[in-house]
Amino acid sequence: MSSASTAAAPQAHVTRIQRVAASHGAEAWLVEENTVPVVAVEVAFRGGSAQDPAELPGVVGLMAALLDEGAGELRAETFQETLEEKAIELSFSSNRDAVTASLRTLPENLDEAFGLLSLALSRPRFDDDAVERIGSQLSAQLRRDALDPEDLAGRTFFAEAFPGHPYGRPPRGTVESLAAIGRQELLGAHRRLITRDNIVIGAVGAVSPERLAGLVDRLLADLPEAASLIAVPTVAPAAIGRTEIVTLDVPQTSIVFGRSGPLRNDDDFIPAYVANHILGGGSFSSRLFTEVREKRGLAYSVYSYLSPYDHAGMFLGGVATRNDRAGQSIDLIQAEIRRMATEGPTPKELDGARKYLIGSYALRFDTSTKIANQLVHLQLDELGIDYVARRNDLVAAVTEDDVRAAARKLFGDGELLVVAVGQPTGLPGARVRPAPGSAESHAPAIVTARG
Amino acid sequence: MAAATPAGAVAELKPQTPADAARGAGPDVASFTLANGLQVVVIPDRRAPVVTHMIWYKVGSADESPGVSGIAHFLEHLMFKGTAKHPAGEFSHVVAELGGQENAFTSYDYTSYFQRVAREHLKTVMAFEADRMTGLQLTDEVVNPERDVILEERRSRVDGDPSSQLGEAVAAALFVNHPYGTPIIGWEHEIEKLDRHDAIAFYERFYTPNNAILVVAGDVDAEEVRGLAEETYGKVERRVDLGPRVRPREPEPRAARRVRLADPRVTQPSLQRNYLAPSYETATGDEAYALDLLSQIMGGGSTSRIYRALVVERGVAANAGAWYYGDALDEGRFAIYAIPRAGVPLADLEAAIDEELARFMAEGPTEAELDRAKTRLIADTIYAQDSQATLARIYGASLATGGTIEEVQAWPARIRAVTSGAVRDVARAVLDPRRSVTGELLSAPAPERLAAE
Repeated sequence: MSSASTAAAPQAHVTRIQRVAASHGAEAWLVEENTVPVVAVEVAFRGGSAQDPAELPGVVGLMAALLDEGAGELRAETFQETLEEKAIELSFSSNRDAVTASLRTLPENLDEAFGLLSLALSRPRFDDDAVERIGSQLSAQLRRDALDPEDLAGRTFFAEAFPGHPYGRPPRGTVESLAAIGRQELLGAHRRLITRDNIVIGAVGAVSPERLAGLVDRLLADLPEAASLIAVPTVAPAAIGRTEIVTLDVPQTSIVFGRSGPLRNDDDFIPAYVANHILGGGSFSSRLFTEVREKRGLAYSVYSYLSPYDHAGMFLGGVATRNDRAGQSIDLIQAEIRRMATEGPTPKELDGARKYLIGSYALRFDTSTKIANQLVHLQLDELGIDYVARRNDLVAAVTEDDVRAAARKLFGDGELLVVAVGQPTGLPGARVRPAPGSAESHAPAIVTARG
Repeated sequence: MAAATPAGAVAELKPQTPADAARGAGPDVASFTLANGLQVVVIPDRRAPVVTHMIWYKVGSADESPGVSGIAHFLEHLMFKGTAKHPAGEFSHVVAELGGQENAFTSYDYTSYFQRVAREHLKTVMAFEADRMTGLQLTDEVVNPERDVILEERRSRVDGDPSSQLGEAVAAALFVNHPYGTPIIGWEHEIEKLDRHDAIAFYERFYTPNNAILVVAGDVDAEEVRGLAEETYGKVERRVDLGPRVRPREPEPRAARRVRLADPRVTQPSLQRNYLAPSYETATGDEAYALDLLSQIMGGGSTSRIYRALVVERGVAANAGAWYYGDALDEGRFAIYAIPRAGVPLADLEAAIDEELARFMAEGPTEAELDRAKTRLIADTIYAQDSQATLARIYGASLATGGTIEEVQAWPARIRAVTSGAVRDVARAVLDPRRSVTGELLSAPAPERLAAE
């Protein structure tokens, strides 16, 4: 059960992370790997849906979704067929803080794959028919999720936690906003974000540093120089201590809860991460899992995690339980949070958490796609190219006092913003409102009316 | 929201086509059988010093007796509740301390448990897994709360999601005699009555080394695994001999069926049609390979026929596609789905789908379409080699549903050999309305509230 040997696993990779200098001051991180005939590339641009104009949420998401729907001389159908003929996988996505491109190809098609990636990033067409088509697709997804209990709870939580802040706006937009977005708005978002000075690149596979440098140079040559990002203030979530009920005719209540947490580069991020792992992190022995699921059978799913966004650190969690057990479940969860704040972990829990976090780190690096993703996140988070080598030592060095202090700060008085969707009982003092549009049968307006 | 990784997820309530398509030759796979009948498969992947250890039992929800639906999945959860040697939670605790990840899943035809750990811990997880193969001990104290957990799982997956409810109704209508018509997780009223005795009876009937497949993928070689397997699983005695897996078969379907679910919580209507289809196991020739290609050509992404016709050209659908589920011991399924754009009636989508199907059945695929589909499916098998966990799942799922290692490895060649005529013929044979169930998901007015909150 020694953790020293498992800690060596990511080290095998770190010795191989190479910094590849490209033109225009940019760089790419590379893990050269020749045993599997696959090349995975991830490219990210800082500034995701938080860069949406206040009156037009969803622009960045729609822009990202349209990047592979026609570029340069290739209309959408031709572009997609060209990918298909070579089995090149290229997709674009966005979250609150970044726009991301994921590329996977067989090595023999690498030049063409990179060419298509470059074309998509530098010269997207945003043809009217493609805008309309993908806009409809995203709208349909919004309508589908409008009364999904978990999705509704999450959306309501962010709207309550971040009023007036970009994080409080729906990252995927609304049915109305998507319908109002045209080519000009998309070109504007594209011009502001997809630039040389804003790019982060990770590559894994059968490609030499020299070759990668050449490919990246060609990609950069086609991009404009400078991004123009809206300044997003760093804030703490609001409404902590409040409970919101959104009534929906379902037998189970879906709950999202949370409060402020550390930013990724805060000094106590790692101790806080350890404290959360013990409370509700991803193994079958967390306190929440034990108390809520294992001992009492109150829920199938109960968890908590740290979500360090660029402009707000968050502690978040969720549980889904029968309506008449909602109060009992959230009381138990809150009691565990308070107990962790006041007592901290036991030595045994801390030891177990350190061993798990150290040993399982290697599993984040076990496919090319996952490694490429790690390379990009290490850069976005500005953790340094040596972070993979240092990370397990950082976890190993965490003391009981560190975790106790971090837990006290993280969980404080244990107050939470709680959003419960369903027909929960046992939540005194909650504000209650009906699910948007649930009294009527349809109306696309459902998505926007979530308050 | 990031999801938790709770024990005992029902991984395949909806069949997943990507995994199905991503069969692959992979590296030098070795296989042998222990004296007690346990089949062992070793898939080397030397890139990182980690291993994926999976045990697959050749038993799933379709092997349940009538009236105890959900017992296969319930038992999967209860397998984490301890043995004579190791009390409840010890195995999970040890896996966590090793920095390992673990989980389990139940499907129609198999139940699988896995751990991912550093290579030097392989023997530890093998010893624990071998111990719980026949050593499970259950008390009402642990069984009863876990039944509540499963009822919550069902509420999450089904009760909160009208489209899942429609999915259950479609499957129930499609399989008029075969237990594939019963949800993997079980019907709520039957889950409520499951107890310790049901679980142990099921366990003693099906959990035995001669009804299991051990798959180890990662930084190991076959001889090493053989030694470890002899020391651990090799000590487990076979406790029952199982005959062939014969479940009630489907009669030849004669009537097109239609199910409709209308609910106030449906905010986006949708249409789906499922056809009873041959699986890799029931097919007599290359129909299953042709069906994988057919699903790619008709509905695999934005260059596919259905997507092009409904989404791009006619603009009636927001999205549309197709999938084929062929990794079944008995009949498989071929499905087409479409999401209408705002204001478009489902009947318009259905008419457009039927036109496309008729055209395809008359003409078959073009050579360019067929080539593109083959390239795509074969590339998936190469991409699969990038993930030892994916390879382990591909081999495990195939072997647990009657396939062989040779068949998995020959899959790309068999795909390459399918002719356009074969794809057209399988479309004509399978896409027959009489073999189908059409499901409509519709919104409905809310019932009037009798009392305010």
